Amino acid sequence: MRTAFVEELTKIAEKDKNVWLLTGDLGFSVFDDFQKKFPMQYLNVGVAEQNLISTAAGLAMSGKKVFVYSISTFMTMRPLEQIRNDLCYQNLPVYLIGGGSAFSYSTFGGTHFALEDLGLMRMLPNMAVSAPGDALEVRALIRDVYKRHRPAYIRIAKKGEPVIHRPTDRISLGRAAKISDGKDVSILVSGRQLANAFSAAETLRRDNISCRLLSLHTLKPLDVAAIIKAAKETKGLVIVEEHFKNGGLGTAVAETLIQEGLSVPLVSIGIKDEFPKGSGSQDYFLNKCGLTSKGIIKAVNKILNRD
Amino acid sequence: MKTRISTKLLTALKQHALNVRRAVILTSAKAGSVHIASALSPVDILTALYFDALNIDPKNPNDPNRDRFILSKGHGGLGLYCVLAEGGFISQKLLSQYGQDGSILTVHPVLRAVPGIEATTGSLGHGLGMGLGMALAQKRDKKSGRVFVLLSDAECDEGSTWEAVMLAGHLKLDNLVVIIDYNKLQCYGKVKDILDLEPFADKWRANNWETVEINGHKFEEIISALKNIPIKHDRPTAIIAHTIRGKGVPFMENNLEWYYFNLKPAELDKTLAEIY
Repeated sequence: MRTAFVEELTKIAEKDKNVWLLTGDLGFSVFDDFQKKFPMQYLNVGVAEQNLISTAAGLAMSGKKVFVYSISTFMTMRPLEQIRNDLCYQNLPVYLIGGGSAFSYSTFGGTHFALEDLGLMRMLPNMAVSAPGDALEVRALIRDVYKRHRPAYIRIAKKGEPVIHRPTDRISLGRAAKISDGKDVSILVSGRQLANAFSAAETLRRDNISCRLLSLHTLKPLDVAAIIKAAKETKGLVIVEEHFKNGGLGTAVAETLIQEGLSVPLVSIGIKDEFPKGSGSQDYFLNKCGLTSKGIIKAVNKILNRD
Repeated sequence: MKTRISTKLLTALKQHALNVRRAVILTSAKAGSVHIASALSPVDILTALYFDALNIDPKNPNDPNRDRFILSKGHGGLGLYCVLAEGGFISQKLLSQYGQDGSILTVHPVLRAVPGIEATTGSLGHGLGMGLGMALAQKRDKKSGRVFVLLSDAECDEGSTWEAVMLAGHLKLDNLVVIIDYNKLQCYGKVKDILDLEPFADKWRANNWETVEINGHKFEEIISALKNIPIKHDRPTAIIAHTIRGKGVPFMENNLEWYYFNLKPAELDKTLAEIY
C-alpha cells in the first residue's frame, strides 16, 4: 500500500508543483525517488510531529497542498491539537498519511500500535478519514483527498496486502465499495481486513450463505445510505476493523443505525478496550482479536444462529 | 546598525499607539473582556509593524508577495484588532461589535475572520511553526514576503515552539522574524519564578538565530531592529522585546491581576484619563 501511495503521489506532484511531501523523519528509503525528483517539494522536518503539522499548515496557507507522512500513532496523537486547530479549524489542504495498521509493528510494543487513530480523526470537523483495504483503494483515495482540497487522514498498511478490487471497480472517497452482493448477512470492513473478509465471504458462499461485502474504506464522510440498505436488505451486520471497537467503524455504524431507528443484529470484530500485551507477529495479535477469516465466519454464523 | 527615525514618523507612531491603547480600553470595557494587559504590552510593537515595517496594503490584503504577521500569542487579539481598525483593515463598526453575540471577532484571532488575520491562534506554541511553513513557501517560490511572528514569553515554555526554532535555524530562513513580547509575567506569576527562560538570548543564538534585545516600548529601537531584516544573511531573526505588561495604563502595569480582570464601567473615565 505504501508503494501505491508514493506512486500515486508522484503522478500528482508531476502535474502540480504546489504538491509537497513532508515527513517526520520516517518512511526510510521509500521517499528517495520523490525527493530526488522534486527536491523543492519535499522536506524532512526531523522528529518533531507538532512542528510537522504546523509547518504543513503554514505551507498550505501559502497555496501548497501538503501530503504528510509518519507512522499512524505518531501522526495522529502527538500533534492532535495541531491537527485540530491548524489543519481542521483552518480547513486546509493537508493530507495526513499514517503508516501502519493496528499491529503492523507487532513486535515493537503498544507505543506503535495504531488502535485509536481513526476514532480520533473522525471526531474532527472538516476531516475526511479513511482506511483503504488494498492498493487500488489507496490510489483512488489519494487522488480523491487531493481533489477535495480539505484535511484528510488516510491510514495505510504496508506489508504487500493482496489486491481485492478488480481494476475496473469504481472506488471513491465517501462511497462504500460493494465487493460482492448477498442476502443473508452484510460484512462491513475497513482497512487491510478486506482480504480476510473477502476470503470469509467466499468460504461462506460455498456453504450457501450469501454475504454482502462492503468495503467501508471511508469512515468519514460515511456512506450512510449503503449502511441503511445493508441493514434493511440483509439479516444483520458484521463489522470488521483493526481498531479499538470504541470510536471506529463499529461505533460509526451503530450511531447510524440508532439515528435511523434501525434495530438489527450486529457483531463487531475489533480490539477490545485494553492495551494488547507482549510481543508477537501481526497474525498472533489479530488471531487473539478474532480478526481472521475464521473469526468473520464465526460472526456471520452467530447472526444466523448457526454457531 | 542603528537606523535613524524621523521626528515625523516618531510622532505619528506615538499617536497611533495612543489611539490603539484607548481603543483597547474602550472596547474591552464595553465587551467586559479579559486579557487587557496582554493586549496592551505589544501595542508599540504592533504599531511599528503595521504603520511602518510590514509591506502590506489594506486595499490589497491578499497580495502574494506581502509580508505576513502572525499573532502567536492569540490572547493579545484585541490589541491586533485595534491596530487593524486604526490602520483601515477593518471598520470601527466591526471593532465596536467585539464581544457581542454573533461578532466575528473572537478573543483569539481566527484565520481570515477579517483581512489581516493570517492565522488562527489561541493555543500557545502553534504560531511559529505556521510562520515557518509560510516563510519556507516564500523562499522556495522565490517570493519576497517576510513572515513576522509575535510570541509571548510564556509561549517559549512550549516544546513545539522550540521544534520550530530548531528547524528555522537549520533551514536558514532569513525571511522569518520572531518578536518576543517579553513582559516577564505569565498566568501564575513571574516568568523567572515559574519557568525561567534565561539565558534567553543565548537559547536563540544557540539555534542559529540572529538575536537582538530591545526595549519594546521605544519606537527608535523597535524600528531600528525591524528595518534591518535580515540582520544576517541565512539566519532567521529573533527580537527579544523587553516590555511591560499593561503598558500605558499605570495601574495595570506589571500587575498580574489584569490578565484576568475586566474593566467596570465606573472605572472607564479614570482609566482613559490615565492612558499615556
